[in-house]
Amino acid sequence: MDVQAKTFDYHDTPDRSAATPAHHPLVVVGAGPVGLTLAIDLAQRGQRVLLLDNDHKLSTGSRAICFAKRTLEIWDRLGVGQRMVDKGVSWSVGRVFFGDAEVYRFDLAPEAGHERPAFINLQQYYAEAFLVERAQQLPNLEIRWNNQVSALQQDGAQVTLTVDTPDGPYRITAGHVAACDGSRSPLRAMLGLESKGRVFHDRFLIADLKLDQALFADDATERWFWFDPPFHRGQSVLLHRQPDNVWRMDFQLGWDADPDAEKRPEAITPRVQQVLRMGFGRDVPFTLEWASVYTFACLRMDRFRHGRVIFAGDSAHGVSPFGARGANSGVQDADNLAWKLVAVHEGRAPESLLDSYADEREHAADENILNSTRATDFITPKSELSLLFRNAVLGLARDFPFARRVVNSGRLSVPATLDGSPLNTADVDLFSGPLRPGAPVADAPLARGDQPAWLLRQLDGGFTLLVFGTAPGWMAGLPLQVLVIGPEGLRDVQGLAAQRYDARPGTAYLLRPDGHVAARWRAPTDIGVRSALARALGSPSS
Amino acid sequence: MITEPNLQSPDDFYEALLAAHQGLTLAQSHDLNARLVLLLANQVGRLDVLRDLLAAARANLEGTPA
Repeated sequence: MDVQAKTFDYHDTPDRSAATPAHHPLVVVGAGPVGLTLAIDLAQRGQRVLLLDNDHKLSTGSRAICFAKRTLEIWDRLGVGQRMVDKGVSWSVGRVFFGDAEVYRFDLAPEAGHERPAFINLQQYYAEAFLVERAQQLPNLEIRWNNQVSALQQDGAQVTLTVDTPDGPYRITAGHVAACDGSRSPLRAMLGLESKGRVFHDRFLIADLKLDQALFADDATERWFWFDPPFHRGQSVLLHRQPDNVWRMDFQLGWDADPDAEKRPEAITPRVQQVLRMGFGRDVPFTLEWASVYTFACLRMDRFRHGRVIFAGDSAHGVSPFGARGANSGVQDADNLAWKLVAVHEGRAPESLLDSYADEREHAADENILNSTRATDFITPKSELSLLFRNAVLGLARDFPFARRVVNSGRLSVPATLDGSPLNTADVDLFSGPLRPGAPVADAPLARGDQPAWLLRQLDGGFTLLVFGTAPGWMAGLPLQVLVIGPEGLRDVQGLAAQRYDARPGTAYLLRPDGHVAARWRAPTDIGVRSALARALGSPSS
Repeated sequence: MITEPNLQSPDDFYEALLAAHQGLTLAQSHDLNARLVLLLANQVGRLDVLRDLLAAARANLEGTPA
């Protein structure tokens, strides 16, 4: 069936007729990729979760279509990564055009020795559909469709939500509320808060085209980016592929374009025909699946945590679409928040641990906004001078490899290293390589006996002490998973784990439940590990 | 950043610089300069040095009639 046409049933809830408002420890608002990821993660960690969504459908149109390696790894932990990868398409060949000539092509062949590719392209509605199916398998996760939060109050003890439904409103109380309700976040408005930043004066048209024949020879998948092409002078055009032979074209229109006129099929069809004729030298029949004219801004809230209400995803921060940083950073927000909420609710960590969510993800949002702004400035130069340099870079790129590295049509979304996080324990030993405290863990191919096993798949979702060599006896007494790569544990079949972790016999890494490095040692001690663990759980005394 | 004399042959360089712009319109000269800046930046390579060079050029510009 057509996934996009899927709808979910609204049911009346006994909460509506309760004499006093029912209490829900954890409420997630918004069943997009971020809210679903968070709700599933919380439920998998044993919490009772209520997920409220204001409609009963999947995303309209493809929207986010590029899901990065880190997102897939998080979804692996939630049991849905494989479905995403099976359905998604990968590409590695990209071509960049300037004017009427190809400037260069690149092959983004992924680094070997990782289970997941650098990213896949997949329509957001597929991602959401797979996440909803997973959510529905979890008995302690309740989704209420067509339940719209219309009012919110909080005091030190709890949040009170008023929820509107087709049968009328009801009230509930909550321990914590995660606002994953999108860029126009009603919850943010209810708290009188804003997301602020730089608004770009430009408009873009997205058109999703279903083709009934292959676009490239051998049905290959390539990503093409045109700067200032003859069929769309002075603007940029991007072409890339989604599953089901749906291709996205992204046209920069300029600020003066009329959004209502531009999103009519009569306006879109000739634009698309021109790209296909001039780019591919032939007419390719297509049907228009979805189109949207959008503007964007790089902005964020000052603080992602406001008492018992915590913002994640687009409600907290917004970026330009270049570099696929919207949904991907939101899923990382969820990954960062879930284990902390659970630790607080289980009494294993102080409430202040939630401030570290805000600290870390605000830092990550700043990094995403920086990258996104840089790509935007390259793709859509806003002054004569920036256009001059942009075109000089593209001109040089044809002949000189160094300039190709300066061309920026959107940098690949990679997870932030959480430098400066209060949860990190600073290195006392010398290490090289990128896996410093705060860095996201790296995958590596291992083997258990004769069976291949990926490193990331061995992590149990709690804290893990990753030990190279042999684990000393005292480690068995630690309240965490001890994972040994060595003669008595997993085999580092290609030596890549030792290489990526700069490990020698005795080296140990303390990994957080969200797979960021909390601490590392050449010669760990019981007290050292326990102290780093306490710090990573937000203990103020450590 | 090197600010002491480092050019092998200043007069020859200056002549070559003007010769490179010979016959170009002002717009084309701007284009050429932009390309030259990028090529030279790659030659220098180090970001800290490049930042110093940018700052020095900008500081030198201050106080010059617009």
